[in-house]
Amino acid sequence: MGSKQTVFTHEQLEAYQDNPFRQRIAQVFSNNGDGHMTLDNFLDMFSVMSEMAPRDLKAYYAFKIYDFNNDDYICAWDLEQTVTKLTRGELSAEEVSLVCEKVLDEADGDHDGRLSLEDFQNMILRAPDFLSTFHIRI
Amino acid sequence: MSHQVKGLKEEARGRVKGRARSGSPPTGDRLGRRPSSKRAPKAQGTLGRRGAQRSQKERTGGSPSPGSPQRKQAERRRLGEELGKQEPSKAEGTCKGRRKRDERSPLKEQTAPSKKEKEIPRKEEKLKRHKKPRSSSLASSGSGGESLSEEELARILEQVEEKKKLIATMRSKPWPMVKKLTELREAQEFVEKYEGALGKGKGKRLYACKTLMAKKWVKFKRDFDNFKTQCIPWEMKIKDIESHFGSSVASYFIFLRWMYGVNLVLFGLIFGLVIIPEVLMGMPYGSIPRKTVPRAEEESAMDFSVLWDFEGYIKYSALFYGYYNNQRTIGWLRYRLPMAYFMVGVSVFGYSLMIVIRSMASNTQGSTGEGESDNFTFSFKMFTSWDYLIGNSETADNKYASITTSFKESIVDEQESNKEENIHLTRFLRVLANFLIICCLCGSGYLIYFVVKRSQQFSKMQNVSWYERNEVEIVMSLLGMFCPPLFETIAALENYHPRTGLKWQLGRIFALFLGNLYTFLLALMDDVHLKLANEETIKNITHWTLFNYYNSSGWNESVPRPPLHPADVPRGSCWETAVGIEFMRLTVSDMLVTYITILLGDFLRACFVRFMNYCWCWDLEAGFPSYAEFDISGNVLGLIFNQGMIWMGSFYAPGLVGINVLRLLTSMYFQCWAVMSSNVPHERVFKASRSNNFYMGLLLLVLFLSLLPVAYTVMSLPPSFDCGPFSGKNRMYDVLQETIENDFPTFLGKIFAFLANPGLIIPAILLMFLAIYYLNSVSKSLSQANAQLRKKIQALREVEKSHRSVKGKATARDSGDTLKSSSKNTTQLQLTKEETSPPSASQSQAMDKKAQGLGTSNSARGTMLPASGHLPISRPPGVRIDSGHPLSQTHLWRSASGKSAQRPPH
Repeated sequence: MGSKQTVFTHEQLEAYQDNPFRQRIAQVFSNNGDGHMTLDNFLDMFSVMSEMAPRDLKAYYAFKIYDFNNDDYICAWDLEQTVTKLTRGELSAEEVSLVCEKVLDEADGDHDGRLSLEDFQNMILRAPDFLSTFHIRI
Repeated sequence: MSHQVKGLKEEARGRVKGRARSGSPPTGDRLGRRPSSKRAPKAQGTLGRRGAQRSQKERTGGSPSPGSPQRKQAERRRLGEELGKQEPSKAEGTCKGRRKRDERSPLKEQTAPSKKEKEIPRKEEKLKRHKKPRSSSLASSGSGGESLSEEELARILEQVEEKKKLIATMRSKPWPMVKKLTELREAQEFVEKYEGALGKGKGKRLYACKTLMAKKWVKFKRDFDNFKTQCIPWEMKIKDIESHFGSSVASYFIFLRWMYGVNLVLFGLIFGLVIIPEVLMGMPYGSIPRKTVPRAEEESAMDFSVLWDFEGYIKYSALFYGYYNNQRTIGWLRYRLPMAYFMVGVSVFGYSLMIVIRSMASNTQGSTGEGESDNFTFSFKMFTSWDYLIGNSETADNKYASITTSFKESIVDEQESNKEENIHLTRFLRVLANFLIICCLCGSGYLIYFVVKRSQQFSKMQNVSWYERNEVEIVMSLLGMFCPPLFETIAALENYHPRTGLKWQLGRIFALFLGNLYTFLLALMDDVHLKLANEETIKNITHWTLFNYYNSSGWNESVPRPPLHPADVPRGSCWETAVGIEFMRLTVSDMLVTYITILLGDFLRACFVRFMNYCWCWDLEAGFPSYAEFDISGNVLGLIFNQGMIWMGSFYAPGLVGINVLRLLTSMYFQCWAVMSSNVPHERVFKASRSNNFYMGLLLLVLFLSLLPVAYTVMSLPPSFDCGPFSGKNRMYDVLQETIENDFPTFLGKIFAFLANPGLIIPAILLMFLAIYYLNSVSKSLSQANAQLRKKIQALREVEKSHRSVKGKATARDSGDTLKSSSKNTTQLQLTKEETSPPSASQSQAMDKKAQGLGTSNSARGTMLPASGHLPISRPPGVRIDSGHPLSQTHLWRSASGKSAQRPPH
């Protein structure tokens, strides 16, 4: 956040309208999960999303973002949500379920049918481009 | 004193340490701090280290005998007990009973794990709250000048250490900003108070400077990367196509781009070293017969129809072989043009061979590099494919499309690997398909042979019809048009994965086109031999004409006769130029056919389907004509064969490469446009193979095949007597000998003659074969070792996975443990960090050991981990024992937390 700019232009704000997880981000960083952020929440968000943030921290918040129902596990339903958001619903139902199945198969270490934070971190630590994609610049 | 409270105290303290990832007992300060400072980000690491040194000094200076580890441990425990006594009253006052709930109903926490995260900071706070009064009292006693008791000093040191670790690891804690700030301030204050003025001025500034520099460096790297990406031509276009049509279609465009680069280099070579010197320094047009349009053609030399056939003025220009003079040196630079011409011809092939082989090698290297990502294909796609940086709706659309496409690609791969199939039926069908295709190939080969034979008969006859003249071409293009779809239909029988199917299709059409190419070459050879046979007579005619012209009677002997105008000199047919023109025509017509096909077959069809759909009786878009798919195999082969033409023709038509560069450039834009505007993605989008080495292999084959005819003509046919840079010589390569004899010192000539001795060349070739054999076997064994290592990693991962699942079940049973998940997390993280380091040959042994260690038993793991130095001591054994669930892990904690665990509490 090295920029000296204090007022956001309309275009700059508009630029973040395309993220499929924008609502989740807002919810995760807001105080009570309603998506309304205070300045502090906002700062939190950018400190997590900045390039300098450590990997573990990013992984923790990424987990929270992908955990749609806030139950501290990424279950099959969460995965379906993620896929649908990522592909704008272009995949058929079977394809989506196949993808979710595969993800669980790959990353679920303790075979309980859902991803815990631990599973998620274990997986994301090996991802080659997690750090490069999971950040926001202003 | 209650067990529980004591345990909690210990636990809370241990937790701070555990977070800081120190693996040693608290007394072994130096040992313990090392790993933590190493793991912390660099700048902070230095801060921490400095502090550590100072504290070390303090300890040695301030307290005469720091005390044995056991003693300290005892002190600490006693302190904890004291605090535990104080605790209830104070904490309950401030925490409004929250803590009470924590203690008494650990079960609740287990059921609602979301609270766990909140608990952690709460405990830290609690810890601090207890420390504060203590520390203030200590400070007052310290400032009073009384000598501190040993235990107090030790305690302060310990707290300072804790604070420092807190500061170091603050960044990676999932707390809100405000909390982080207050915590940090508090910790800093504390540390500063007890460590004196530590690093106030210089250190801070240095740190700020360092972070600033780091930021700037990151920004610079980012900009540089962006710049590099922008420098790659058509990168955005190709990415665009890739996101909509999949990597297989994009692989064609990447190949096209690569080809363009190669051709640019060839173009630079030929233009820079042959054409431009000739144009600048050679004799001008019209000075000698070979540079002049003959009198008979002068009339129509500028007509478009003639120029279009590369006759007329174009034929007698620097674009073709015949224009070049056989003067040994030209211009004031005394540039040896014939020599340069020959060397450029050789180096075109040399460079092409080198670049093709090199890129094949680098592709292979790249493809063996990874392997880690294979295990998490879908997970990585799901969780890391969205780029949070995207801030442009168009880019976002592309990203959505590309994510969808890549999911589809992976799904196809997955389905293919899971396919249940009747192996016998598939085998039978594959054999049948291959049989059918071989029949087709044989049939078309015979047809070509038949037609070529017939055309030779036609060529002897007079007044043949248009069809009879062009029969070969027509048959060829009909074959080229109908065979590939036929092959594709037959290939549907085989039921291959689309990627494999594409390779087969490429191979088959390649075989078909080879027949095409070689009939063309044979026809050309016949032509050349015919011309060579006529050459002798023409040579005599020319001599006679000149002789008669100068010696004819009826001219005033005293005045020398003006030289015969070059246009009037009779000349030979110059077979080299004829060959060059043939290739030129072929290239241009090929280009036009490609463009027209795209325009008609793709664009007009798309327009028709799109707009006539409103008033048609069936659904055109979904039904019969539909939109065209991008024909990968046809386009790739077209490109490859075109390049073969260029390689063959460039020796006789130096301008050909220029035309080809233009062709590739236009086709890049045109095809990109056509694909995006009028094609639809394949029904089963499939991932391109990682290296497009199959294309490269075909290209190499074509390069070799096109090298053969050129080498043959250069080595064994005599050059024309009156055109080209080698005219008058017996063979073209004589120019080398001439240069060596005339321009090099004699001893060099001798050396060359010696080197050309077969007695030397044959051993050299043998040696090369031996070297190839040796290197091949080395690479084979290396790749074997690589595969084995990969297998080992895989096995390791399996073991770890099953291990974790067992552990996970065990911990799920253990309900009293609030700290489990986070502490285990850190263990896991470190484990994985260790493993993610890429395997190298030197590490293989260690890996092996590790695999064994992990594989054998739990206890093996327990003994191994403390040695690795970052096992978190997040919890004293007390809790574990109290909770009454003896686990396999218990002994691990015991051994890890050292003697304190084994010694009974006082």
